Amino acid sequence: MTPRAESKHPEIGAGAAPAGAAETAGAFGLDADPILFSDSLRMDFGGLTALDQVSLTVERGSITALIGPNGAGKTTFFNCVTGIYKPGSGSIFFLPEKEKRISLGGLRPHKAAQLGIGRTFQNIRLFNTLTVLENVLIGCHARMRAGLWGALFRDRKTMEEERRMTDLSYAILERYGLQARVNDPAGSLPYGEQRRLEIARALASGPSLLLLDEPAAGLNNQETLELADLIRHIRRDEKLSVLLIEHDMSLVMNVSERINVLDYGRLIASGTPEEIRKNPDVVRAYLGEDADDLG
Amino acid sequence: MPEKDGKDPTGAPLRRPREKGRGKKILLSILRPLKAGLWLSLVAFPLVTFKFEAETRQAHFLPERIPLLLLICFGAAVAFDGLGWLKKAFGPGKRAGGILESPPEGLNRPRLSWVNRLLKSRFFKPASGVLLIFLAVLPFISSPYGVNVYITALIYITLGLGLNIVVGVSGLLNLGYVAFYAVGAYTYAILNAQFGLSFWVCLPLGALSATLLGFILGLPLLRVSGDYLAIVTLGFGEITRLVLTNIAITNGPRGIANIPPPSLFGFDLNQSVKPFLLKLGLIHSRTDLDKVLIYLIILMAAILTVAAVHRLENSRLGRAWLALREDETACQAVGVNRAGAKLTAFTLGSTWAGLAGVVFASQISFINPQSFTFMQSVMILSIVVLGGMGSIPGVVCGAVILILLPEYLRFFADYRMLLFGLLMVVMMVFRPEGLIKSARYQHIYRAPKAGEGDPSDSASGK
Repeated sequence: MTPRAESKHPEIGAGAAPAGAAETAGAFGLDADPILFSDSLRMDFGGLTALDQVSLTVERGSITALIGPNGAGKTTFFNCVTGIYKPGSGSIFFLPEKEKRISLGGLRPHKAAQLGIGRTFQNIRLFNTLTVLENVLIGCHARMRAGLWGALFRDRKTMEEERRMTDLSYAILERYGLQARVNDPAGSLPYGEQRRLEIARALASGPSLLLLDEPAAGLNNQETLELADLIRHIRRDEKLSVLLIEHDMSLVMNVSERINVLDYGRLIASGTPEEIRKNPDVVRAYLGEDADDLG
Repeated sequence: MPEKDGKDPTGAPLRRPREKGRGKKILLSILRPLKAGLWLSLVAFPLVTFKFEAETRQAHFLPERIPLLLLICFGAAVAFDGLGWLKKAFGPGKRAGGILESPPEGLNRPRLSWVNRLLKSRFFKPASGVLLIFLAVLPFISSPYGVNVYITALIYITLGLGLNIVVGVSGLLNLGYVAFYAVGAYTYAILNAQFGLSFWVCLPLGALSATLLGFILGLPLLRVSGDYLAIVTLGFGEITRLVLTNIAITNGPRGIANIPPPSLFGFDLNQSVKPFLLKLGLIHSRTDLDKVLIYLIILMAAILTVAAVHRLENSRLGRAWLALREDETACQAVGVNRAGAKLTAFTLGSTWAGLAGVVFASQISFINPQSFTFMQSVMILSIVVLGGMGSIPGVVCGAVILILLPEYLRFFADYRMLLFGLLMVVMMVFRPEGLIKSARYQHIYRAPKAGEGDPSDSASGK
């Protein structure tokens, strides 16, 4: 094994799977109902093909990971799902309920959010000068109805809604351990709490699908372990599905039930953590061609 | 200090390097303002000591102005250096813990900013009542000149608060705000001249036409952001002025004269009401009741604007604007319609300019395109920036300072723009967030007691 590979991804190609992940993965068969699936999705930036015929599925209620080397097109996929990019060809469907199929291709970003797709960003994007509570309240935006009239005249309905959402936001912050910070500017929080706040803000809109873009980036081992617990809790408490981009293999192998691997915009593998670990294509993508010799 | 001094691990000569650093600090603190003063006077030198005469096309050198120049520049430099020192000594950084200190777990005692403390104080309502009465009585006890100045200040408060929605809250840099002001003023002037419509009819119509124009201009603006937005709005402001100069209905550069002041139930105040009030000894014989009425109208408008902007800021819509300012991508990801938020901010912001425009036209009774130049836009923007982006008390203070100060510093008239620029530079260096930093509303939650349910039930909202 080359030294570079050894230091970067020790989990891949060696070692046994954690018992929990394999067990839960069995509960989600391949033919269970999906909450999100893409069909030969393609996205080009000039001459660069960021996504090439990507067809992947996120099962309802699952924690699915999307991994791949840098520049593989993972965040591009997220941006196609959330409407920031309009895919060149192919289609993405979102199924908030079993019988309700909505095409996401070219939908505007706020519409995707209103449909129930929450997301966090690779580099934390909070509303830094606003308070922690306000960040979550803005997360509730799609749930609220008040308009200009309500803002100016503060009728009973508006104030009732405002109070309800403030309570809800406070409850969310409490659940994720940020209740002591409600009045602090979001930008003043330490890094780990900012990550948690970003997740709390995404949850405030009541999503049925949560997209997490490298949530473990910049966290230490202990915090990463806590994050794994947090993700499982979110899935259970909020009854949603999670699609996760992550470089931290211990987290991916730990929490996800299915893993999709992208390389140069192509989906090269999809399966349980166990299958992915043994997949020769994945090992090659991560460790380079030399890794073939090592078996 | 010992940690910083890596060269002496023994710890024995600890005092010496510290004192050495201190001496250097003192020397620096003397040199720094001198350097700033020198730099300022160099920049200001040609502006102050040369006078250019347009007729003879000659520049005169005025050496007698040099001492004054030096005095102002060095004085300002020293004064503001002192401010920096005061800020260091007594500023928020010195207080225990600073921003990172968190309250004890479970006890959600918020550290309220002073604006929030003021708003929640039990003295707030009586104090604002007294202030209101004082402001209402003010025109009756002031000279006509004073009333005029106050009207101007209140107009600019309204304009500043309107622009604050666009620039301060939503983060859309608008350099053509004066166009909407002009539209409001011309709406009244034209409708009155052509159809004889009264002030009271034109007040909402002026606001409405500015709103409509804001909406129409806002549509193409959805495609641009940042610097490009500033350029487009700047262009729009100039286009509006050129249109006003060149079409027939506005009477071109000659403008529209004899715009009547507002009437109250059809009475001519100075003819019919004034003798009566004079007899009662309530007013001064020089008091111009028309101006007093304008003052009261714009005072009401300004107060309503403050209330409206405050409510907007703490509503779903206002939070969407703030989110737009903070991060365009993230705000969409939580379901805020970016285009909608931009358009409402731009449109609503224009409404207040139209309103202020109508009052302005009735105040000076003569308008021409020269009243609505780019400098006006800059002035209103300066009020927002100087006062504090997104901060209502800040904008009010900014308007009062920038409008009233020049009036009371008439003997400085020649140096007004110089002082203006100086003030801006100094502000950007020492308080880039403005005179009164915008403070977000803070919620107080009662600390959960044993046996009590979810503490979030006990929210004390707004």
